[in-house]
Amino acid sequence: MSTVNLRIDRQGGLRGALEKLGAYLLFSARLLVAVPRSLLRPALIVAQVYNAGALSLALIMFCGLFVGMVLGLQGADLLQRFGAEEALGPAAALGLLKQLGPVVAALLFAGRAGTALTSEIGLMAATDQLSAMEMMAVDPVRRVCVPRFLGALIALPLLTAIFITIGLYGAQLVGVQLLGIDAGQFWSQMRNAVELDDIAEGMVKSLFFALAAASIAVYEGFHAQPTAEGVGRATTRTVVNSSIAVLLLNYLLTALYLH
Amino acid sequence: MRQSRSIELATGFFAALGFAAMFFMVTQITNRSPTFGDAGFRLEADFDNVGSLKEGAPVSMAGVSVGRVESIRYDQGTYKAHVVLRIQPQYNRIPDDSDAAIFTAGLLGGQYVGLQPGGSETYYKDGSHVELTQSAIVLEELISKFLFSFASKEADQKTAPPAQSPQP
Repeated sequence: MSTVNLRIDRQGGLRGALEKLGAYLLFSARLLVAVPRSLLRPALIVAQVYNAGALSLALIMFCGLFVGMVLGLQGADLLQRFGAEEALGPAAALGLLKQLGPVVAALLFAGRAGTALTSEIGLMAATDQLSAMEMMAVDPVRRVCVPRFLGALIALPLLTAIFITIGLYGAQLVGVQLLGIDAGQFWSQMRNAVELDDIAEGMVKSLFFALAAASIAVYEGFHAQPTAEGVGRATTRTVVNSSIAVLLLNYLLTALYLH
Repeated sequence: MRQSRSIELATGFFAALGFAAMFFMVTQITNRSPTFGDAGFRLEADFDNVGSLKEGAPVSMAGVSVGRVESIRYDQGTYKAHVVLRIQPQYNRIPDDSDAAIFTAGLLGGQYVGLQPGGSETYYKDGSHVELTQSAIVLEELISKFLFSFASKEADQKTAPPAQSPQP
């Protein structure tokens, strides 16, 4: 069974890939069209903000702290060779705001919340809950998929902001408290180097990453083969495809922002 | 009901934390007025040119940070930059003929104010004015000075024999 499936999945090569991409894009369009009517039931969305956001909070804070700390450690070591360790503030702030914060938070989010979404929706399909909804004339896309998509869309930018703030605290902790870089220089140079545009760039990026990661997770769950194995494989695809999408988008958005 | 209340609480906490983080980024990381404690005493100094000295930069004596630059503004009366330094209260024995100069930390580092102690028996008090100041070194000025002196030296040497124009 599994080998047969594998062959069917891989069959067609480029054509199969294009078909999948098309199916994903059509499904995303369906999600977006269903968004306005789902906004009428905010309680469903709030519950998904809890699932995607509040439950990822501890992971994001922990990882943010250590990403910031290692940035402080490595950055200070590198900058000290040029006698410019005061530049750690701007280096850490810009690195976290523009690249590390949005990207690492999105990758963690895909692993923590995206997989949960996929397996949940996939399992609903496997246990015929989605078919049951259709029987009752309830659109499963509107009732199940869109609230999860919107919840993730709201949660990731907030998680990214928390990640960046904690990361800066971590960089400050190592750079200033541990390695003795002057606190005034650290903050004043950071304030002079960082513009509001840089913060906006990070938030816009994280919004795009949220769009990609959330729609991929929901798509994979909704189209998972309704077997235990199929759900497992869909969950893997969520992580792989979201990571690829996030990293590709990151390059594109960075290039766009640099003009 | 109880469970949905606790979910709402956790969601609210998460959202509040997220917005607090955004607020922190917008107000604290970007160029807003930095807040430092106002312990210690103030010294005032007028510089011809402060270069890229920033508020919050350290004030150091013998390489040790003893205070911060509190404010920098342009004085229209003297045509100079009026800099207020806030010195930590334990460093209250700075001779009142000490001079202040603006240095650069490292090759790419920020600028800071260095105080060199004088020989006076009396000390600076709150609100004292530092008379002797030395401006920041601006690289372009340094280069133009060097080129100018180099050129004038060459011109001096060439005044004795008449300038010869090279023929191709």
